Amino acid sequence: MKRWLPILVVLLAASFVARAWMPQKLPAGAADLSSLGKVSVLVGGRVKPLDTVARNSLLIIHGKQELRLADGKRISAMQWLTNVLFNAGAVDEQPAFVIHHPEVLGLFGWEQGARKNFSYQELTPFLRQIEEQGSQAEKLQSTERSSYQSAILNLRNALILYQKLKHSIQPEGAQNFIGELERFLAAVPDGGKAARQREAGEPFDQAKLEAVAEAVRRYEEMSGMAYVLAVPSRADNQWHSIGDSLLQSIGAGEIHPVVRLYAQIGDAYRSGASTQFNEHVTALRIWMEKEKPQAASRSSFEFLFNRLQPFSQSMTLYVLAFLLACGSWLAWSETLRRSASWLLLLGLAIHTFGIIARMYLQERPPVTNLYSSAVFIGWGTVVVALILERIFRDGIGAACAGAVGFGTLIIAHHLAGSGDTLEMLQAVLDTNIWLATHVVAITTGYSAMFLAGMLAIIYIVRGVFTRSLDSRTAASLTRMTYGVVCFATLFSFVGTVLGGIWADQSWGRFWGWDPKENGALLIVLWCAITLHARWGGFIAQRGLMVMAIFGNIITSFSWFGVNMLGVGLHSYGFMQKAFPWLVGFMISQLALMAIGGLPLERWRSFARAPRNQSEEAAKPVPAEAAV
Amino acid sequence: MMRKAYDVITSLKLTIACLAAAAVLVFAGTLAQVNYGIHIVQERYFQSLFVWWPPAGSGFKFPVFPGGHLIGAVLLINLIAAHVRRFRWGWKKLGIHLTHAGLIVMLAGGLLTDLLAVESHMRLAQGETKNYSEDQRGMELVVIDTTSDAELDQVTAIPEALLRKQREIAHSSLPFRIVVRNFFQNSRLHMVNEGNARLRPIATQGLGAQVAVQSVPRATSMDERDVVSAVIEIIPHEAGTNSLGTWLVSDALGAPQTFPYAGRTWRIELRSARYYKPYSVTLQKFTHERYPGTEIPKNFASRITLIDPERSVNRDVLIYMNHPLRYRGETFYQAGFQKDDSASILQVVRNPGFVTPYVACVIVALGLLVQFGSHLITFSRRRRGALA
Repeated sequence: MKRWLPILVVLLAASFVARAWMPQKLPAGAADLSSLGKVSVLVGGRVKPLDTVARNSLLIIHGKQELRLADGKRISAMQWLTNVLFNAGAVDEQPAFVIHHPEVLGLFGWEQGARKNFSYQELTPFLRQIEEQGSQAEKLQSTERSSYQSAILNLRNALILYQKLKHSIQPEGAQNFIGELERFLAAVPDGGKAARQREAGEPFDQAKLEAVAEAVRRYEEMSGMAYVLAVPSRADNQWHSIGDSLLQSIGAGEIHPVVRLYAQIGDAYRSGASTQFNEHVTALRIWMEKEKPQAASRSSFEFLFNRLQPFSQSMTLYVLAFLLACGSWLAWSETLRRSASWLLLLGLAIHTFGIIARMYLQERPPVTNLYSSAVFIGWGTVVVALILERIFRDGIGAACAGAVGFGTLIIAHHLAGSGDTLEMLQAVLDTNIWLATHVVAITTGYSAMFLAGMLAIIYIVRGVFTRSLDSRTAASLTRMTYGVVCFATLFSFVGTVLGGIWADQSWGRFWGWDPKENGALLIVLWCAITLHARWGGFIAQRGLMVMAIFGNIITSFSWFGVNMLGVGLHSYGFMQKAFPWLVGFMISQLALMAIGGLPLERWRSFARAPRNQSEEAAKPVPAEAAV
Repeated sequence: MMRKAYDVITSLKLTIACLAAAAVLVFAGTLAQVNYGIHIVQERYFQSLFVWWPPAGSGFKFPVFPGGHLIGAVLLINLIAAHVRRFRWGWKKLGIHLTHAGLIVMLAGGLLTDLLAVESHMRLAQGETKNYSEDQRGMELVVIDTTSDAELDQVTAIPEALLRKQREIAHSSLPFRIVVRNFFQNSRLHMVNEGNARLRPIATQGLGAQVAVQSVPRATSMDERDVVSAVIEIIPHEAGTNSLGTWLVSDALGAPQTFPYAGRTWRIELRSARYYKPYSVTLQKFTHERYPGTEIPKNFASRITLIDPERSVNRDVLIYMNHPLRYRGETFYQAGFQKDDSASILQVVRNPGFVTPYVACVIVALGLLVQFGSHLITFSRRRRGALA
C-alpha cells in the first residue's frame, strides 16, 4: 500500500489535470463561441485571439475572467464579449462594472452596500461626471493620485473600453448589418456621382447623397472608436478596424471579405441561428488560416493556453505537495515525501509548459514584466528546491518548492489584473539579449534568495515549535541554506553587473543609483555580508538562518518595494494595492527573525539537548571547507 | 600601535562593517530619492565623503553617516591590504582571489568613472547641425564681443561654479570686471508691473529692470531642472569710469542681452555649459515608431551625418535604442525627443573608465564560479562517499 501510494496520488492528480486538457464538447445546436474565440485580431500592438481580448477586457472591467450574475448564473468571457460585439443591448443591463470605492459610489449618490457590480445602463446617467472626474485624475502622475482618483480613473477607462468594444465590429444598434452593407455598396456609385455633381454646381440627387453620407458618418464613428483591429489588409499588410476598412471600401468598390463575414456572424448570432453562425465562423477561420497562417495557428495555440490555465493548475499541485511534505515530517515520512516530489514534478512540468508557451507566443525570453517575473521566480525556486530534495531526500526541498511555487504563482495571479500579460515592450526593453541574460540572472537570484529564506523559516519553525529538528536535519538545513545563498550571490552579482552593462550600452551610464539598481545591489551586499560573517565565524547556524530570512525582506523590497517609490527608470508597475501586502510580508519576516532569536531553552527541539550538541559553536570556517 | 592599525585595516570585521554601512547607505539613499530626486541624492549620499545633516534653520551641519566615496575608499584599502597581508598562492584559493581582484578593479573603476566621466546632451532639431553638446545641469555665463568679426565671435565663458562663489571675475579678454551681486541655484522669475507693488526689479539694466526673482528650493523630480539666475554688475577697468549697472542673467530668460561699451557691442547670456567637439553632427531624420493601434513606443531612431574634417570622415549613422554611436572617446545615445517629434535628444558621454566594469564582471563571475563550483564538487564527492 505504502509503496503504491505515491503513484496513486500522482495518477489521481494527473487525471484531474487531464480532464481540463480534454477538449470540451459542444451541445448540439449551440453557437460555437470557442471557435469564434480562436479568430485572430490585433489589439494593443499584438495579434491575439478574440478569447484573449474577451478575458483581458472582462478582467479590466469586472476584475475577473468570468461574469457572475446576481442569480448565480455564470457567463464566460467569450459569451460576454460576443454579446458586447454583436448584441450590446443584451449586456448593457448586465452588472459587469465593479466599483468598490465608497467615494466613487457616493459621487452617484449611492451608499456602500452589498452590491459592488453595476451595469452600463445604471452608469449611463453619470457618464459625463465620470469622464470629467477621470480626466482630472489622469493629469496627475500615478504616484500622486489619491485612491479615489485612481478608482474613478479605472472606472472611466473601463467604460471607454466597453464603448470601444461595442463599436469595434458593427455600428451601435445595427440589426441587419449585412443588408446595410449591401445597400451601402450599391449606393456608393450613385452617391459619388451626386457628390461630384454638387461640387460642379450641377443639379444632384439629395437623397442618394445623404444615404451614403449617413453611412459614412456611422463608419467614421466606428473607425474613431475601434479597439479591435479585425481586418488584415492585403494591400498594405497591416491590420485595420472594420470602420477603416468600410471607409476604404468607398474607393475600392468592394467590401473586405472579413468585414462581410463578421457582419454575417453578427446577424446570425442576433437571430439565434446557430448553424449559420457556426458556418460563418468556420468560413472566417478558414480565410484567416489561408491569408494569415502564422497568426491563425498562434491564436489557436493562445486559445488553448488560455483555456488550460497552466499556472493555476501548477498552483494547486504545489500547495498539495507542500502539505504532503510537511506531513512527511510527522508520519509516513518516505511515502508522503515521495508523493510530494512526484506532485511537484507534475506541477513543474505544467509550469514549464506555461512558460515555454508564453515565450513562443511573445517571441521573447521568459521575463518581460512584473507578472512574468513572478511566474519565473516560482519556476526557478521549484527547480533548485527539487534538486535539493533529490540530494537530501528529507522533504525539506519539497516543502520549499511547494510553498514558494504556490506563493509566487498567487502573486502572479494578482498581478494579472491590469490586462494583457503578454503586452508589447517599450522601446528600451526591446532587446532579447539583455532580457535573456540580465533579467533572467536577476530573477534567478531572487528565486535563490526566497528559497534560502524559506529554508531558514523551516529551520526556525521546526526548531521552535516542533521536536522534529534533530541535529542531523539542522546540519543539512544549514548546508542547504549556505549553498543556496552562494548560488544567490553568484546570480545576483552577475545579473546586477549585466544590468549595469546594459545601461552602459543603452544610455552610457554603467551605474545611475536608480532605485531598482540599488535594490539589486542591496541583495548582493546582503549576500556578501552573510557569507563573510559566516566565514569569519561571527555567525553560526541560527545567525545564518536569521540573516537568510532578512534576505526575504531585502528581496521583496528590491522586487516590489522600489517600484512603489514611483521614482527612477524602472518604476514600470506602481501598485498601491500591493503595498499593505508587502508591509505585511516584511512584518511577518521580522516576527520570524524575532522567534529565531529566542533563547535555545525555548526551542522545543533543543530544550532537552545540551547546548553544545544542538548548535555548533561559532567558529571561523575556512572558506574552502565551508560547505 | 602601527601593528594594531594594520590589524584593523586588514580585518574581516572592517569588511563586514563597510558592507553593512554600504547597505544602509544604499537603502537610505533609495528612500531619499522620493523627496529629493536622484541627482541631489547622488551628490549627497553616494558621491560624497559624508552624509551631512543640517538641522532646519541653523547654519550648521553635522556628518551623520559615511558617504559613498568614503565607504568605497575604505573598502578598497581593506581589500587590497588584506590580500597583501594574507595572500598565499594555491589552487584552492583561486576563486577567492579572482573574485576579490575583480572587485578591486570594479571599485577602482567606479571611482575613476565618478571623477572623470562627463555626461552631456545634444538637442538637434530636424536638419540642425551642432559641434557642441550641452551640460544637463551646469551653466556658464558667456560674454561675447560681437563687433570683432562677422565670422568669429570672441567668447569668454565663466563656469557656474565661479558665479556661485559670489566673487569678482576679471579676464584679460574683457575690458571690465564682472561682480556677482546675487546668485540663485533655483529661481522663479516674475514680471514687475504696476499692479503688484510688492515686486521690485532685481537689476538696473536690460531685462532685469522689469523682472523680480524669487529663490525657490532645488528641483527634485527627474524631468525638472534648476533655473539658475544671477545678478551681475559690470565695472570697467578704466580708472574714473563708473559702474555700467547691474544685469539679470538667467536660464529662464529667452533672449541674450546686449550693451555697448568702449565702442563695441557685448552680449551676455547665461546658458547651459557647452563642450565643443572637433567634429559636427547634423540630424537628418528622427523617427518615432509605435506599435500599430497603440501609443506604446516601439523604437526611436536618429539618422545623423557625422562630419570630421580632421579625420576626413563624412558619413551617415543611425543611432537608435540600445545601438549608440561611439566616436573619438565619446558615445552618443538616443536619449529622448521633443514632444511633437520635431527634435531628437542625444546623450553624449565621455567615460575613459568604461571598460573597467566589463573586465571586472568577467573576473568576479569567473571567481565566484570557480569558488562555488569547487564547493559543489567537494560536497557531492563527500556526499557520494557518505552514501556509499
